[in-house]
Amino acid sequence: MELAPLLLLLFAFTLAIFLGFELISKVPSQLHTPLMSGSNAISGITIVGALLALNVGESPAAKWLGFAAVVFASINVVGGYMVTDRMLAMFKKKDTKGGPGA
Amino acid sequence: MNAVLINLLYIAASILFIFGIKMLGSADTARKGNRLSAVGMLLAVVATLLYLGLDWTMVVGGVLVGGVIGAIAATRVQMTGMPELVALFNGFGGLASLLVGGAEFQKLRDGGLEHYLGALQAQSGVTVPGWFVVLAIGLTVLVGGVTFTGSLVAWGKLSGKLSGSPALFPGQKLVNLLMMAAALVGIALMVGGKDSPLAFGAGLALVALALVLGVLITVPIGGGDMPVVIALLNSFSGIAAAMAGFIILNNVLVVAGCLVGASGLILTGIMCKAMNRSLGNVLFSGFGATAEGGSGVEGEMKPASVEDAYYVLEAAQSVVFVPGYGMAVAQAQHAVKELAGILEENGAEVRFAIHPVAGRMPGHMNVLLAEADVPYEQLQEMDQVNAVMPTVDVAIVIGANDVVNPAALNDPASPIYGMPIINAHEAKTVYCLKRGKGTGFSGLENALFFGENTRMLYGDAKATVTELVGEFGK
Repeated sequence: MELAPLLLLLFAFTLAIFLGFELISKVPSQLHTPLMSGSNAISGITIVGALLALNVGESPAAKWLGFAAVVFASINVVGGYMVTDRMLAMFKKKDTKGGPGA
Repeated sequence: MNAVLINLLYIAASILFIFGIKMLGSADTARKGNRLSAVGMLLAVVATLLYLGLDWTMVVGGVLVGGVIGAIAATRVQMTGMPELVALFNGFGGLASLLVGGAEFQKLRDGGLEHYLGALQAQSGVTVPGWFVVLAIGLTVLVGGVTFTGSLVAWGKLSGKLSGSPALFPGQKLVNLLMMAAALVGIALMVGGKDSPLAFGAGLALVALALVLGVLITVPIGGGDMPVVIALLNSFSGIAAAMAGFIILNNVLVVAGCLVGASGLILTGIMCKAMNRSLGNVLFSGFGATAEGGSGVEGEMKPASVEDAYYVLEAAQSVVFVPGYGMAVAQAQHAVKELAGILEENGAEVRFAIHPVAGRMPGHMNVLLAEADVPYEQLQEMDQVNAVMPTVDVAIVIGANDVVNPAALNDPASPIYGMPIINAHEAKTVYCLKRGKGTGFSGLENALFFGENTRMLYGDAKATVTELVGEFGK
C-alpha cells in the first residue's frame, strides 16, 4: 500500500495551517469583516471538488449531487468575492475624497 | 502532460490565495488582495476544466445559476445586512462540501470500491487505500453539515428571523456529546463497510446527525457572542473544503481550505480574548440566558435633553464616539458621520472607539462607519483610545452596552468581570444614546449608565443624533 502521496498531502495540510496562523495574526481589527468574508470566498474552493464530480460517465445520482454542489459553491465564491469587494471599496482614507460613494 | 499543467496551475492559484490573504491584512492593499485571491479562484476553476470528460452542460449550467444568484445577493444587500449574508454564504460553502462528499460516495457505491479507486488514480495519479477515501468522505460530510445548519441558525439570529437569545435545555451538553459520538460511530461504520448497504445507511444517518448537530451547537449562543460563532463557522467551512480535498487528493483544495480553517480559528481566538472568555465558555454557557451575579448598581440614571447635550458638545475640544450594535439597528451611522463632521468643523478632535466585539460580527462597526464615509484613521482600537480617554471631554455611547460597562473592571462578581472594555466612564462627560431603560443582551445593569458624569439620551439613536445635528444648524 502506497502511503507516501498521502503523507505529502498531509505535509501540505500541516504547513498550510501554520501559514494561515502566520498570515492572520497581525491583521488590525478594523479589517476583520472583509478578511472573514474574503476568506469565506476562498473556502468556496470546494467548487473544484464539485466540478470534478461532473464526469460524463457517472450515474445521474452522483452527477446531480455534484451539480447541486457546483451551484452552492458558485454562490459562495461569486457572492463572497463581490460582497468583499463592495465592502473594501468603502474603506477610504481621509484625503481620497470624490470616490464613488457606496 | 495535462495533469502536470493542471497541478502547476493549482500551485499558482495557491500562491495567489496566500498573497491575497496577506494583502487583506492591511487597509491600503486589502482590495487588491481580494481581487488577487479571486483571480486565484478563477485559475483553479479553469485548471479543473482542463480535465477531460466533464459534462459541460452541467458545468456551465451550475456555475451560471450559482454565480448569478451570488452576484445578485452581493449587489443587493444593504451594508447593515452584511453579517447575515456572510453567514449565509458561509453556510452554502459548507453545504457544497457536504454535497461533494455525497457525490463521491455515490460514485463509490455505483461502481464499487475497486473501480472508484482506479478512477481516482487515473485522475490524480495517486493510489490510496480505500479506508482513507471513505474516512475523508465521512469527515467532509460531518464538518460540511455542521457548517451548513450552524450558519443557517447564525443567519436566522442575525437577521432577526430567530430569537437572538440563547436557547438552553437541560442536558444539552450531554445530548451534543452523544450525537458527536454517534456521528463518529457512523463514520467508523462507513469506513468498515465502504461500498456496502450498511455503509450507505450509516452515511445517511451521518448527514442527519451533522445537520442536527450544527443547529444544536449554535442555538445556545446569544446574539452578543455572534462574532465568535461566525468566525468559528468560517473556520469550519475551510476545514470542510480541506477534507473534501483529501477525498479527491487535490492539493489546492487542501491548501486553500486549510488556510481558511487556520485563519478562522485565529479570528475566533481574537474574539474570545476580546471578551476574556474561553471558546468553551462561549459555546456552552448560554451567556445571557440568565442574568445572575454581579452586585446591584447604586444611584440612578440621569436623563438629559438634546439641548443640554448640544451645549456641552459645542464647547468640547475632544469627542469620542463609542458605537455598538444599537447603532446598526437604528441605522444611525450616516447621521453619526454628519455629527462628527460638524464637531470637527467646530474645532473638536473626533475619534471613534471600536471595541473588537462591538456589533454582531468581527469588525462590524468598521464596515458600517466606512459605509458612512468615516475615514478609517478616525476609527481607533480600544487600547489606543483608552490611553487618551481621561483627556476626552465628551464620550458619546451609541447603542453600546457591555463593551463600556465598568463593572468588567471593578466588580469581581460580575459575569463580564475581566473583559477588556472601552473606558468611556473616564471621559469628563458621557452621553449614552439608548432606546429605553432595559438591560443589554447579557441582561446586566450597566454601571456606566449610573455614573456621576453620565447623562442618558433616550430614544431612537438616529433621531437623537439628527436632532443634535439640527441644534448645531440653528
